[in-house]
Amino acid sequence: MFTPHSDYDVEVMLKSIGIEKLEDLFKEIPERFRFPGLNLPPRMTEMEASDELESIAASNGTTKDMLSFLGAGAYDHYIPAAVDMLLRRGEFYTAYTPYQPEISQGTLQAIFEYQSLICTLTGMDVSNASHYDGATAAAEAVILAWHHFRGKRGKVLVSRAVNPQYRQVIRTYMQATDNLTIAGDDSETGLDPNLDKFIAQIDNNTALVLVQYPDFFGRIVDYRPLIEAAHAQGALVAVAVNPTALGILTPPGEIGADIVVGEGQPLGIPLSFGGPYLGLFAVKEPLLRKIAGRIVGETVDVEGQLAYVLTLTAREQHIRRDKATSNICSNQGLMTLASAIYLTLLGKEGFRKLSNLCYQKAHYAAGEVSEVPGFSLAFPDQPFYHEFVVRAEQPVDEVLEHLRGHDILGGYDLGEDYPELKGCLLMAVTEKINKADIDYLKGALSEVDHD
Amino acid sequence: MLFPKDLKYQKTDEWVKVENGIATIGISDYAQDSLSDIVYVEFAVDPGDSVEAGANLATIESVKAAAEVLFPVSGTVLEINEGLADKPEILNSDPYGAAWLVKVKVADETELAGLLDSEAYEAYCQER
Repeated sequence: MFTPHSDYDVEVMLKSIGIEKLEDLFKEIPERFRFPGLNLPPRMTEMEASDELESIAASNGTTKDMLSFLGAGAYDHYIPAAVDMLLRRGEFYTAYTPYQPEISQGTLQAIFEYQSLICTLTGMDVSNASHYDGATAAAEAVILAWHHFRGKRGKVLVSRAVNPQYRQVIRTYMQATDNLTIAGDDSETGLDPNLDKFIAQIDNNTALVLVQYPDFFGRIVDYRPLIEAAHAQGALVAVAVNPTALGILTPPGEIGADIVVGEGQPLGIPLSFGGPYLGLFAVKEPLLRKIAGRIVGETVDVEGQLAYVLTLTAREQHIRRDKATSNICSNQGLMTLASAIYLTLLGKEGFRKLSNLCYQKAHYAAGEVSEVPGFSLAFPDQPFYHEFVVRAEQPVDEVLEHLRGHDILGGYDLGEDYPELKGCLLMAVTEKINKADIDYLKGALSEVDHD
Repeated sequence: MLFPKDLKYQKTDEWVKVENGIATIGISDYAQDSLSDIVYVEFAVDPGDSVEAGANLATIESVKAAAEVLFPVSGTVLEINEGLADKPEILNSDPYGAAWLVKVKVADETELAGLLDSEAYEAYCQER
């Protein structure tokens, strides 16, 4: 056991501060709280502890030993071995905030490459060095818009088809902001993909309109009329993306989005029970000075050699102090690097193929599932990417439990977040799923009635 | 360092010049020199806003720091110097001329009595 202080050290220290015994240091704490009995198992050797922890870990079901159709914001993609291999190099692993460019060129270059890749992917002008995850990036878009209009526009419209967790995080972030209403995601406005009722709520008091692309249900919606309506009222538009879909979809930057946010997890980051993930955040140039976090730029040093530096950290508190508009300066450095490696490995062609594979396999799966008696597509006429909503005649929890019995993670039960979609299941299909897997799913679903 | 005689100053380093009830407001030579290279100006008000003396007028960012500019007088904002958005560096080169920040219709000229004249402001800057 590691003992930082010998008895002698302790005695000398106690004497120098003038107390007799160690316990006297804790006098301020009420006695009944001072040394609570802990209910702990007997001590173990390292070998025993390791065995125990591994046996606990083994009771988790993972996507390694189960067939997963679960998505709803986090997706099970294949991650090339090179991602982890490069990521775990000591030079990157120990990197902290690269404030000293002279010793951080590798980290800075990696962030620069990441920013360039995200701009290319989204069609935007500027990407920051990332946020924690898709939800926090979405909340930062709201903060940006609020400050952009200096608090004079008091409404933010968020589509009901935006990930429910993102909407919760936005409300948490903004709960202390006076005179701001977050609306547009009520059941009355609904889920109609033509968005008429949603667009009708955009007015000249609207700071931001946030939609998701593809939306939470995987649906591909043409947002051009919405963006036009928002801009006509002077409002900003943020689009939350699934980055893998941008291999085949028109980038939001090309249809007029002012801000693009998104969950970067599908870009080479494992599911890991929910994190660490990666928040994508990119804007058009007029909003450059308004974005939180940091931007790395390429320059030359005194000898004319290529070099990378933190070019802009305009919103951070080390520059702005109490006037900072975001107090989260951290970026997900390692996750940023993972996604940059992943995107670089796949390349432009590979990434398109990935997108297309997800799209095609999901469409095959949707067709097969809807052939099973008792199951149908909830939005049969709406184009979708790699996720779709299935309506089940049997209760969803029973369907999911039945599938678990076949080592299948069947998807996400939508009933809790969307009462109007009670009895519906959100299913995702990535490139990891093959035809045999889909046939196996179909077979398992066909047996649901016979249980 | 320049302290033009025809201007009034406040201790937070703004200058103001009132002509025909209209105040032109900017930051002093001392302010631009302390901030060093100015890279961005973000106004906190729009034309038409009515403002109180002491309210936030703008935030000026330099390569070293961000500083708030405060209104020296109360009134109604008439005009904002939009040219500063593209050329914030003129705040360094011409703080008393081309780099004025806003023009305000003054609500109460007696407020001006509370400001420093050129000599008092220069003395104040020297003792800092």
